[in-house]
Amino acid sequence: MKFSYYPGCTLKTKAKDLDAYGRRAAEALGITLEELPEWQCCGAVYPMAKDEIATKLSSVRALVSARDLGNDLVTLCSACHHVIKRVNGDMQNDENIRTKANNYLQLETPYAGETKVIHYLEMLRDVVGFDELKKKVVNPLKGRKIGAYYGCMLLRPSKEMQFDNPENPTIIEDFIKAIGATPVLYPFRNECCGGYVTLSKKELAQKKADVILESAMEQGAEELITACPLCMYNLDANSTAHKLPVHYFTELLAEALGVK
Amino acid sequence: MSSLHKIGVFVCWCGSNIAATVDVAAVAEAMRAEPNVVYATDYQYMCSEGGQSRIREAIKEYGLTGVVICSCSPRMHEATFRKAAQSAGLNPYMVEIANIREHCSWIHKDRMDATAKAIVLARTALAKLNLNQPLTAGESNVVKRALVIGGGIAGIQSALDIAEAGYEVDIVEKTPTIGGRMAQLDKTFPTLDCAACILTPKMVDAAQNEKITLYTYSEMESVSGFVGNFTAKIRKKARHVNEDLCTGCGLCQEKCPSRKAKNEFNMGLNTRTAIYIPFAQAIPNVPVIDTEQCIHFKTGKCGLCQMNCSAKAIDFEQQDEIIERQYGAIVVATGFRPISLERFDEFGYSQNPDVVTSLEFERIMNAAGPTKGQLVRPSDGKHPHCIVFVQCVGSRDTSGCGKPYCSKICCMYTAKHAMLVREKYPDVEVHVFYIDVRTPGKNFDEFYRRAVEQYDVDYIKGMVGKVSSHGDKLQVQGSDLIADKQIIIDADMVVLAAAIEPDPEVRKIATMLTASIDTNNFLTEAHPKLRPVESPTAGVFLSGVCQGPKDIPETVAQASAAAAKVIGLLAKDKLKRNPCVAHSDEMLCNGCSACEKVCPYGAISYMDKEFRVPGPKRTEIRRIAVVNEAVCQGCGACTVTCPSGAMDLKGFSTKQIMAEVDAICR
Repeated sequence: MKFSYYPGCTLKTKAKDLDAYGRRAAEALGITLEELPEWQCCGAVYPMAKDEIATKLSSVRALVSARDLGNDLVTLCSACHHVIKRVNGDMQNDENIRTKANNYLQLETPYAGETKVIHYLEMLRDVVGFDELKKKVVNPLKGRKIGAYYGCMLLRPSKEMQFDNPENPTIIEDFIKAIGATPVLYPFRNECCGGYVTLSKKELAQKKADVILESAMEQGAEELITACPLCMYNLDANSTAHKLPVHYFTELLAEALGVK
Repeated sequence: MSSLHKIGVFVCWCGSNIAATVDVAAVAEAMRAEPNVVYATDYQYMCSEGGQSRIREAIKEYGLTGVVICSCSPRMHEATFRKAAQSAGLNPYMVEIANIREHCSWIHKDRMDATAKAIVLARTALAKLNLNQPLTAGESNVVKRALVIGGGIAGIQSALDIAEAGYEVDIVEKTPTIGGRMAQLDKTFPTLDCAACILTPKMVDAAQNEKITLYTYSEMESVSGFVGNFTAKIRKKARHVNEDLCTGCGLCQEKCPSRKAKNEFNMGLNTRTAIYIPFAQAIPNVPVIDTEQCIHFKTGKCGLCQMNCSAKAIDFEQQDEIIERQYGAIVVATGFRPISLERFDEFGYSQNPDVVTSLEFERIMNAAGPTKGQLVRPSDGKHPHCIVFVQCVGSRDTSGCGKPYCSKICCMYTAKHAMLVREKYPDVEVHVFYIDVRTPGKNFDEFYRRAVEQYDVDYIKGMVGKVSSHGDKLQVQGSDLIADKQIIIDADMVVLAAAIEPDPEVRKIATMLTASIDTNNFLTEAHPKLRPVESPTAGVFLSGVCQGPKDIPETVAQASAAAAKVIGLLAKDKLKRNPCVAHSDEMLCNGCSACEKVCPYGAISYMDKEFRVPGPKRTEIRRIAVVNEAVCQGCGACTVTCPSGAMDLKGFSTKQIMAEVDAICR
């Protein structure tokens, strides 16, 4: 099975692990992730402005490129997934944005959101299947008590992201079960980590991260996994009081598949 | 078309409703120039006595043979204008309405365009009128019996009122007992009288009234016919207990070893046996066997209830029974249920037993409920010290997860719950999150203020974002909009005022009755202001929450109003029929049966008739369609199905419709 793959800037710099383990694990699962040629930064934040398209064009280019290659597009970074999926939604549903973007890009075939965008986790759930994944695990992570940290980007706005129930998600818990570990449910797993607020109000972001870690520890989690480099930063480097190891989910996947 | 027609055109301003957008004088002037039009005028309110007298006078003065009224929808005032014309000696079916309000002025902004369209609509009505024939309405009998669908307080009240007037009434209730939602309630606002104390005597009255027949544990199978002459089939589901033999002693319930079924009456807060009477005051006081839970039905063994029943009332072989009856009128009183909270996981309802809905809380507070009225947490049976109520859970919700409307009853019952808790347990801290507190109603705001001022209930304007468990506490995160801050409350219980929605059965019933229903599954009234208890389908009346959210006093008022309408209908011996019915041209009919197959009312039958033919045979027998005018409702399905063009509709003939189309395209 072959997919176009959009790694994004952070996965080439601060979050190399997220990318490297993800690629290795995919290979072990028999999935080819073909990095899009000449991809550009997704913009990192979904632009809410309705009257300009410049900030959306790089996402559109990635989407068009996948369409022209005839592939579905797999993303891994939560923020990239969020931006690209929502821009794709705009290209499907917002005539104004679609017309302007197509006018600007002057494509041979106009683009109207045809590319299917799926996150790596959705690929595991819907393409590989968690039952199949379980069978391919050679090194089950028995006895490890892992809390899933979802953050916001994958879940919300739920109508657009269509990822999982935003208030009571289960996909990462199902993933944790598939790799042989024990998921620890804790109520703050879908609360905001502080996000970019950490740049302007560090204490606020710290407080947010601490609440999440406290909640996870209270329920007995011994480590956390995430799909987002920014969440990783806030939970791992930015939290103050409570330290809990935080990993990218791909790292544990690679470990379970014996390719770490 | 007869050139002898003398037609008058009357253009209504409808105050400014039409006149602000349509140049009514220009419409009248344009119509004056049309062939056959001998008189055209405009007036501020055609439907008023002044307007009607203008019509009557013009008919007499100009010898009008037909009238076009350019006004609101014919659903609003067609009957009014027909009556006015008739009183001046004109056949009422020589009146045509051009709807220049709903179809024109209300939906257009540009005066020029709207005026041009109004003229076209008036010409269209004129084109049809030119081909109208005077029609005479026949009469049909009225069956002096009413059917009430739903045995809650709405259905009970309607039935009691109809029976009081001396007519027979049948109540069809799908659950094993009448009583409905009100039977589940503890106290009622704003008087705090006990719901059971005011409801159960009414239930008994309904059961003992010799004019009322109860079909409990029964469902509607089908309805056919029309106003005055409905035929309903009712499926009386097998209770597996003989109602005539059972004494209601309850021994079977005590002996039943299958005790795991969720108790619906207690909103699943505890369990019940497989053979059960829903609650102590149930009517009829006869148990039902839940065949999905019963060991005998699952395995063929057990039979303890049968062995212990000294009345020999248990009948495992009992079958569903179909009852077919004629009714003159039907009241829909199907009620409501709280919405499912699966899309509101932020409140943790599915994850935490101490997060309950208000109806569950009602059962917890009820002396006959699962906790015998003791306020305890469902999770551990401990007494709570802090309760948070959240209003508008799924009401006034524009996110698409809930309902866009206000459920209307939640502000008041939440105030009631808060007050009852504080009254009975002064040690319990009570917080209420609200968007707005809406308490219009007699003594309602005073009631709410008592909760705040006398009982110290802490009302917080804002919404709750998350409820999560922290040890044995529920951490409630919310916003206080007035203080402009985020707050966290450590609560022991959270009570969610879930939105209410019509019982889902109502869709099926509405389809059966061809009664219209809105996007929220509430039944639609014939007119939102002037005919609020009637369905647009003649002979079908609305009672209670099936029409829109309402509390008990409003429900009872509407139930009595619906009953008054039913009584008015049943008091008539004959009903004027709609003369706009189908008829078949026997010379064109080829007897193919296509019309018979599409007729939803079973109004078409076939007969063999002898016709003269040229040639030596002289006559031949042909099969032709015959319409029973008493049954035909004039829907027109047959006219468009007929392949030979033999079927036509009086008052809406194919010719007339083509003339209308031509007039629009002119």
